[in-house]
Amino acid sequence: MSEKKTFTLDGDDVAFEPGQTIIQAALAAGKYIPHLCYHPEFKPHGSCKLCTVKINGRPAASCTTAAQPGLSVESEIPEIQDQRRTMVQMLLVEGNHFCPSCEKSGNCMLQGLAYDLGIMSPHFPQIFPTRPLDASHADVFLDFDRCILCELCVRASTEVDHKGVFALSGRGINKHLIVNAESGKLADTDFALTDKAAQVCPVGVILKKRVGFAVPIGKRRFDATPMSVVIAEESKTKETV
Amino acid sequence: MTYELETAANPEQLRRVAIDPVSRVEGHGKVTILLDENNQVHQVRLHIVEFRGFERFIQGRPYWEVPVMVQRLCGICPVSHHLAASKALDVMLGIKQVTPTADKMRRLMHYGQMLQSHALHFFHLSSPDLLFGFDSEVAKRNVVGVAGAHPEIAKKGVLLRKYGQEVIRHTAGKRVHGTASVPGGVNKSLSSAERAELLKDAYQMVAWSRDAVQIIKQLHTATPELYDVFGHFESNMMGLVTPTGDLDFYHGALRAKDADGKIIFDQVDYQGYMDVVEEEVRPWSYMKFPFLKQLGRENGWYKVGPLARIQNCDQIPTPLAEGERKEFVAYGNGKPIHATLAYHWARMIEMLFAAEMIKDLLHDDDIEGKDLMVTGTRKPGTEAEGVGVIEAPRGTLFHHYRVGEDDLVTMANLIVSTTNNNQAMNTAVREVAKKYLNGKELTEGLLNHIEVAIRAYDPCLSCATHALGQMPLEVSLIDAAGTVIDQVTRNAQGICRIE
Repeated sequence: MSEKKTFTLDGDDVAFEPGQTIIQAALAAGKYIPHLCYHPEFKPHGSCKLCTVKINGRPAASCTTAAQPGLSVESEIPEIQDQRRTMVQMLLVEGNHFCPSCEKSGNCMLQGLAYDLGIMSPHFPQIFPTRPLDASHADVFLDFDRCILCELCVRASTEVDHKGVFALSGRGINKHLIVNAESGKLADTDFALTDKAAQVCPVGVILKKRVGFAVPIGKRRFDATPMSVVIAEESKTKETV
Repeated sequence: MTYELETAANPEQLRRVAIDPVSRVEGHGKVTILLDENNQVHQVRLHIVEFRGFERFIQGRPYWEVPVMVQRLCGICPVSHHLAASKALDVMLGIKQVTPTADKMRRLMHYGQMLQSHALHFFHLSSPDLLFGFDSEVAKRNVVGVAGAHPEIAKKGVLLRKYGQEVIRHTAGKRVHGTASVPGGVNKSLSSAERAELLKDAYQMVAWSRDAVQIIKQLHTATPELYDVFGHFESNMMGLVTPTGDLDFYHGALRAKDADGKIIFDQVDYQGYMDVVEEEVRPWSYMKFPFLKQLGRENGWYKVGPLARIQNCDQIPTPLAEGERKEFVAYGNGKPIHATLAYHWARMIEMLFAAEMIKDLLHDDDIEGKDLMVTGTRKPGTEAEGVGVIEAPRGTLFHHYRVGEDDLVTMANLIVSTTNNNQAMNTAVREVAKKYLNGKELTEGLLNHIEVAIRAYDPCLSCATHALGQMPLEVSLIDAAGTVIDQVTRNAQGICRIE
């Protein structure tokens, strides 16, 4: 039996299997690295940059960097956490995130990350984009105000559902999520509530209709324990987001 | 009397005094008084200077978000909005009755709300005036002053409010802006531990609420020359009652009485509230003026809230509060009591009722039930509709929504408790101005008399301003020399005019 290879994450040894990325190995070891666009069931995307760590002193996305023996990985250090805080603050002002009446509150990864990073205010001026919601579908509604452009729904719809319902359009600050139909409406696609794309949104964009606020405060995923701890605990036994 | 002192004939000749902001009320309002050189009062107005616009930005949102979103109108009585919206959306969904557990959890939440809000108002906001005098030393006329001079009273006030907040926390999920009431029911019931925790202090709260009734009753009956006449005016009264005429804060039908206590209408299903109530917009306030349609604008305005409710009902279904109600009614010698300061007495009787109801509900096993939700069948067609009415701490609260087939809200209309009291509050301050201010040099203490009259209604001014779309506006462009270059006005009908 060969000895497991390891790297260090914030000084702790983390064992990894050949082919694992740094975030995969860290999560499997019950060690949390912040992330939003990473999902264990999908190929790494490397777009949100929240999982950026310092590897042997150089910044790199931990979701796209293969684990190698002897690497020195730094994640929870002030320099990296400050950058993450800034990135989340920018996400908070780029969309229209109104947690008080959002049914995803308590289960939202953006909100959970903001709490973990100690964000008490958006810090930057709000952009207040105009993003009309789409309630045309019988079972699902889309609130584009909350989109963080992680492309998980795009990837799920293309790679798993083979429907290609979602895509990103535009560039830079004008980039936005669109529905792949001539009308632009979800009702005019073959999207279904059972699609993988309906299950993967880390924020509150893709939501089942008529069931909002079914879970009481205190019982929601990140109510009692910080998201970083919840995900770290869950990851010990299974791959998770 | 309706329009007396509302608009002076020659305002440009008069001196203007403003109370801005009115203190120890929820939200932001101001009073302006116009006086002549002899200090005779010619105009008094209570202005609501906040602007909210919830009715507009609820539109286009999914209906199940509304009970959570709309409660953000207020930090003091969010439960009332949370529940009124839920009740309206129950109706929209075609649900006639929620489960016993849902009904009782909602009621418990609401009675917790009534207890905390009434305690806050009496002990924190109004007791400094009542215990120290309206023109007592201003630096001590506050709850800190009460805590210094009457520590036992202040302590009870703080703990009563805290208990109400704990009832809300356990029923709604958190003390302010919970999420437990959803269209069709609730998302939680009480656990045994939560129930036991609340039951532990329930009897103490009843006892302290009784004490509070005695405090205000003694103050009122000991000084009738002040309490009976201060801000006195007669008006209609409206509120919800059960089919048997009982007081009920959570559900009932509309009843209105005239100033003599005669029934104007009774057992009106609030789904048809627009047949009996209409709102008027006046150009000088963001807050609308509702009135009873059948009596018209001039004579149809009315009071809501504790003073109206206590006298509108035939009985209170809990023994201690009912005993106090009878004593209150007897004090009127067969005539309805219209004294502005009697609001405080009535409010404390209501607080006692709320405490008794909380105690009774906590003894009901249904609150630990697991059957939380029912579904209904929406009326077919393009839009489904529902009205929810509840007796909020400050009075009758109307929520009315229409929802499209895509589940998005297409129309929202809110008539908030304080709005119902708009004319009554204006009349109260005018009566006080006439009696106490006319011909005198104004002092802080005298001006506080105006605020005391407003405070009696426990107005929530931030909740009450929703006249978006009909709100009259005037925008002026003024150059550096002070000359008006351009002016755009929009009248109450929404028509713009460039001067």
